[in-house]
Amino acid sequence: MSEHTPAERVPASTPITVGAPEVRAVEALPAETKISVQNLDFYYGDNHALRNINIDFPARRVTGMIGPSGCGKSTLLRTLNRMYDLYPGQRATGRAMLDGVNILDGGLDANTLRSRVGMVFQKPTPFPMSIYDNIAFGIRLHEKPSKSELDGRIEDSLRRVALWDEVKDRLKAGATEMSGGQQQRLCIARTIATKPEVILLDEPTSALDPISTARVEELLDELKGDFTIVIVTHNLQQAARCADQVAFFFMGELIEVAPADILFTRPRERRTQDYITGRFG
Amino acid sequence: MSATTLDAVPQGIRLSVSKQQRRRHRTDRLVAALCIFATLVVLAALGSILWTLVARGLSGLTIDALSHVAAPPGQGGGLLNAIVGSLIQTALGMVIGTPIGLLAGIFLAEYGRNSPFANAVRFVSDMLLSAPSILVGLFVYLILVETLGHFSGFAGSVALAVLVIPIVVRTTEDMLRLVPVQMREAASALGARQWRVTLLICRAAKAGLATGVLLAMARTAGETAPLLFTSLGNLVWSVSLDQPMASLPLTIYQYAGSAYDDWIQLAWTASLLITVGVLAINIIARVMLRSKR
Amino acid sequence: MGAGAISGAGGDRAFSGATRLAALLVLVLMGGIIAVMAWGGRDAFATFGPHFLISNIWNPVTEKFGALAPIYGTLVTAILAMVFAVPFAFGIAVFLTEMAPKWLAQPLGIAIELLAAVPSIIFGMWGFFVIVPVMAQDIQPWLIHHLGHAPLIGAFFSGAPFGTGLFTGGLILAVMVTPFITAVMRDVFTAMPPVLKESAYGLGCTRWEVLSRIVLPYSRTAVVGGIMLGLGRALGETMAITFVIGNSTRITSPSLFAPGNTIASLVALEFPEASAGSLKLSALLALGLILMVISLITLSISRMLLRSRKTSR
Repeated sequence: MSEHTPAERVPASTPITVGAPEVRAVEALPAETKISVQNLDFYYGDNHALRNINIDFPARRVTGMIGPSGCGKSTLLRTLNRMYDLYPGQRATGRAMLDGVNILDGGLDANTLRSRVGMVFQKPTPFPMSIYDNIAFGIRLHEKPSKSELDGRIEDSLRRVALWDEVKDRLKAGATEMSGGQQQRLCIARTIATKPEVILLDEPTSALDPISTARVEELLDELKGDFTIVIVTHNLQQAARCADQVAFFFMGELIEVAPADILFTRPRERRTQDYITGRFG
Repeated sequence: MSATTLDAVPQGIRLSVSKQQRRRHRTDRLVAALCIFATLVVLAALGSILWTLVARGLSGLTIDALSHVAAPPGQGGGLLNAIVGSLIQTALGMVIGTPIGLLAGIFLAEYGRNSPFANAVRFVSDMLLSAPSILVGLFVYLILVETLGHFSGFAGSVALAVLVIPIVVRTTEDMLRLVPVQMREAASALGARQWRVTLLICRAAKAGLATGVLLAMARTAGETAPLLFTSLGNLVWSVSLDQPMASLPLTIYQYAGSAYDDWIQLAWTASLLITVGVLAINIIARVMLRSKR
Repeated sequence: MGAGAISGAGGDRAFSGATRLAALLVLVLMGGIIAVMAWGGRDAFATFGPHFLISNIWNPVTEKFGALAPIYGTLVTAILAMVFAVPFAFGIAVFLTEMAPKWLAQPLGIAIELLAAVPSIIFGMWGFFVIVPVMAQDIQPWLIHHLGHAPLIGAFFSGAPFGTGLFTGGLILAVMVTPFITAVMRDVFTAMPPVLKESAYGLGCTRWEVLSRIVLPYSRTAVVGGIMLGLGRALGETMAITFVIGNSTRITSPSLFAPGNTIASLVALEFPEASAGSLKLSALLALGLILMVISLITLSISRMLLRSRKTSR
C-alpha cells in the first residue's frame, strides 16, 4: 500500500522475478510507462483470482500476456478498462495508474476510461447495424462530429485495418453479413475510431482462420506506432511474433515479465520454461 | 446326460426371456399407440374447430357483412363497427401496455437481475400472465367505469393493456437474456453508458421483442371477458373512446346467444374473422423469430 | 466531454428510473386488482361472514348470496379438465419428443401451439354448437346407461342428458389447457440430458421403460408444475365455460351432467344484472377475490415447481 517508485517496486513485490529481466526490459524499451499496475488483487466473489500483480505497460509497445487457461491474464486485461464493473461481486484492490491516475478507485468515470482504453474481444462483436453505423456508434458516444468529418473518420479507421477496399461499396450493408475475419477487423476499426490511447485485445484471433489471423497480426504491428497495445493470447508463436514485452501468468500470479526474445529464449523461471516448452498448459 | 442339461438350461432361459420380452414390447407398442391416439384426438379437435368456423362462417363473409354497421335482427346489419372497435381497442391497448411491458422487461434483464425487488416483479408478472382475465375486467370496471359513471372504449383498452404487460415483460426479458454477453461488453468497452448499451441490446433482440409484441396482440385481440364490463359493446356506430364500443369478441358473445338466425350467422363470421386474424398474427410471429435464428 | 458525461449520467438515471417505475407498476397492478376486489366485496363478506363460502343459495330477489355452487363448479370443472387433459398432454408430448420424426414433430408441435392461441370465446362457440349436441344425443345417454346404476360412482353419471353442464364444461376446458400442459412437458422431455436416455436404451430398455423409469422420475417436478399451470388456467377460464355450463346458481344434484356455474361464468352471466353499489355486485366481487386467491395459490405452486427445475440445472 505504501508509495513505491517503479525502480524499487518491482523487486519488492514480485520476489520471484527479482531484477534482471525488468532491468533489461527497461533498457530495451523506452522508459515511458502508459499503465502501471501496482499491488493489484482481484476477486470474483470469494475467489481470489489475481494476487499482488505488478507490471508496467510501456507506451506504444505491444505487451503480450500468456499463460494457461484460468491463470488470470484475461482478468487483468478486463481490469484495465474496469469491465468488471458490469458484474456485481467482482472487485479489484491495489492500483492501476493510467498516466498517473488510478483507474481503480472510481475517481475516473468508467465511460471516460473506456473511451481512452479500447477493447477487442475473442469473438467478433459486430453490432446489429450497418458497417458504417458500427463505427459511427463508437465515435458518436463521445463526440458530435459533422457528417463529413464522421465519413472521414470512418474511412480512415477502415483503411487502417485494411478493410476499406473490401467494404467501401457496401458501407450500409449489415455488419453481421461479413466474414469472421472481416468482422474482427471491423471491431478493431470501431475501437480505434474512438481514438483510444490503449487497446486491449482478448485473444483476438482465436476464432479466426490463419489468413485472417496473419492480417490482424500485421495490423497490430502497424498500430503500435500510435497505441499502447495489450494482447492476451493462447498462441505462443503469436506472442513471439507480435509482442515487444511478454508477461507469463500462472494460477493468478505474474510469474515473469520480460522482452519477448528473452522470455522465450532465456526465461528466468522454471514454470515459464515448462510452459513455453509445452510441459503443461 | 450332460448334453440334455446343457440343452435344457439355455432353452429355459431363452423361453422365459422371450416371454418377458414379448410382454415388454407389447406394453411398449400399446403406449406408443395411445400416444398417437392422443395426438390425433387433439389434432381432430383443432381440425373440428377450424372446419366449423369455415363451414359456418365463410358463407356469411360478404361485402355487406364487412361494410355494414350492426343493426337489429333481420335488417341486414354487419360487423363493421365491431371490426373497427376491435382494431381501435387492441391498438390502444398495445400502445398503453407495450412500453410498460418493454421497460419492465428491460429492468428485469438489465438492471434488477436477481435483486429481491426484481424477483418479486418477475413472480407477480408471471401470476398476472395466467390470472383469470375476467378479474382484470372487474378491476378496470371498478377503477374506470364505476368512478367515471359510464362504460367506454378507453376502459376496454386499459383492460387489454393490463393483459399485454405481462406477456411483453416475459418475452422481453427472455429475448434480452439471449443476446450474447460479449455484445454488452463490446458496447461498454467503447465507453457507452448503460442506457445506450441497453438500447443496443434491444436492437440486437428486436426480432424477439417484436415476436412478444405480436403474441400479446394476438392474445388480446381475441379476449372477451375483460371487455364485458369495460367497453360493454355497442350496437350503434361509435368510435368515441368515451363511449361504449363494440368489438368482434363481444359481438360474438351477444349474437351467438340470441335467437335470430342472421345474428348467429354474423357471430360465426365474426368468429372466423377473429380466429384467422389471431392465428395469422401467431404464425407471422413464429416465422419472424425462426427466420432470425 | 465533461458536460457530455454529466448529461450521459442523467440519461442513465432517467432510463433506469423509467424501467424501475414500469416494473413497480406490475406490482401495483396486481396489488390493485386484489385490493379493489377485496374492497368491492366487503359488503358481501360483512353481510354473510364466513357463511358466504359454504352457503348453497344464490337468490337475487331475497338478496341472499352464497359462493358454494360456483366454487364447487369451478373446482369440479377444473379437476375434470385435468383428468381429461393430463393423459392427452402426456401422450402428445411423448409422441412429439420421442416418437415422431423431426419433419412431422415440428408442424404438429406448431399445430398444438396454435390450438392454445385460439381465442377462448371460439371454444365456447364450438362447444355450444358442436360438442353440446353430441353430448346430449350420444355420449351422455351412453354414459348414463352404462355407468348411471354403478355403485358409488353411479350418482355422478345420472340425471338427464342436457348436453350442457359441468361435464361438458370440463371437457371444453381440457381441450383448451392441453396445449399449455403439452408445451411444458415437451420442454422438460427435450431438456433431458440425452446421455441418460441413451444409456438406458443401451441397457436394452424399451421406449416405455425409458419413459417411465428415467424420463418421468427425472422430470417429475416440472411435469407437476406444468399440470398446475394448466389447472390455474382452467380455474379462471370464462368465455368457453359460459356457453356450455348450463347456468345454474345452485347445486341441485351430484351428477356431473347437471347444469352448474363456475365463479368466472357466474360473474360474466350475472354481472349485467348487478347494479352499481348493490349487494349482488359486492357478492360477485367477493367471488372474484376468492377466484383470485385460488388461482394465485395454484399458479404459485406451479411456478415454484417449474423454477426449482431451472435452478437445479
